[in-house]
Amino acid sequence: MSELAERVLSGDPRAIARLISYSEDGDPRGAEEMKVIHPKAGNAYVIGVTGVMGAGKSTLVCEMARELRRRGKTVGIVAVDPTSPFSGGALLGDRIRMNELVSDEGIFIRSMGTRGMLGGLASAVFDAVEILDASGKDVVIVETVGVGQAEVDIIKIADTTMVVLVPGLGDSIQTIKAGIMEIADIFVVNKADRPGIERTVAELESLIDLSHGPGIRRVPVLQTTAKDSKGVTELLDEVNAHEAYIRSSGRFDERRKARYQAELVEIIRKRLMTLIFDEDKFKGRIESLLERIQQKEMDPYSAAEEILAKLLK
Amino acid sequence: MVKKIRVLIAKPGLDGHDRGAKVVARALRDAGMEVIYTGLHQTADMVVQTAIQEDVDVVGLSLLSGAHMTLFIDVLELIKDRKMDDVLVIGGGIVPEGDVLKLKEAGMKGVFGPGTSIEEMVDFIKENVRK
Repeated sequence: MSELAERVLSGDPRAIARLISYSEDGDPRGAEEMKVIHPKAGNAYVIGVTGVMGAGKSTLVCEMARELRRRGKTVGIVAVDPTSPFSGGALLGDRIRMNELVSDEGIFIRSMGTRGMLGGLASAVFDAVEILDASGKDVVIVETVGVGQAEVDIIKIADTTMVVLVPGLGDSIQTIKAGIMEIADIFVVNKADRPGIERTVAELESLIDLSHGPGIRRVPVLQTTAKDSKGVTELLDEVNAHEAYIRSSGRFDERRKARYQAELVEIIRKRLMTLIFDEDKFKGRIESLLERIQQKEMDPYSAAEEILAKLLK
Repeated sequence: MVKKIRVLIAKPGLDGHDRGAKVVARALRDAGMEVIYTGLHQTADMVVQTAIQEDVDVVGLSLLSGAHMTLFIDVLELIKDRKMDDVLVIGGGIVPEGDVLKLKEAGMKGVFGPGTSIEEMVDFIKENVRK
């Protein structure tokens, strides 16, 4: 077995960190190691945390990790922040809210930039979750970027997805019925000490009334005040209840299959993009195609067909 | 394959003046780097644990309180202990010239005082980071 994979499986933080970097950078060395660790992964439970900007996701993740540690679980955290579409750089600040976790060897935190992905995650999140899983972490928490309405990729990876809201969103909840409002396994209204909490909870409940029917699990609404560690125990109990529900109803295996499907698609997408846009044989060609499209001598569909035809030859 | 430069910007100790660190963090982001910012009051151990988990290429320490000969040195020693020789450690703040020499001897590759331009810092990182 390769040395790096072996060290990952033994839980060595530096090996874990390096393999995640390989995956982020698309380093071919990473793929070989991922092949080795795959059979050892699949034991960790994956919690997804998504929600609007400033809802307190990072603070909530920190509090959940602390509670999980009290329950004897080891925890991996992957926290995603947006990459600038202009510079390609990123300011990753989720750790500011997680400082008290840093010295605990049972916790591994990794910050990630989206690097061009639009669904609220980074492409390397799939690998990072598998790596932390294989390294022996009992629970992996994935925190998305602060989302608007349509960034729903988290459901492709999480066993339980939490959507975090705050009081005062008011009628806006009614208008965002689609998208992130549909993906919640658990709704969390954080900052529950703030005015407007009753109304927000009531509006959520009435929204759930509309989608809930016989034989369908009703999505619970929980209140937390993460900064004071309030409501976190109940929240994790609810995660356990959801886990029991999906395991007994067969949905757990469905979700895992969907995760691997999403991962497979992502690997193929990345390799194809690299083949087309990074390989020298296409480089000059794409430039000239773009030129012709702009001059209206060609259309984008014909150009795409030409590129794919050459690729498949 | 594109290797992105990852930088940890940390403020060790009790100094609460983080404007400089934030300006640098933003500037490095604008130069295309991924900057992990951890906020105030980091211990040397926290800095090094974070550097390991985030697999950073660069650790940038900021201190304006005058305690750099203690706090920077603590981080440098821990990094040496852990044999993280491929991590570029730089510092910024009010550091007298005599101390700059000592910090460089202890393994700090660059020390940037007031008046340093952003370009100078970006260029230094790009030239000295592990390839």
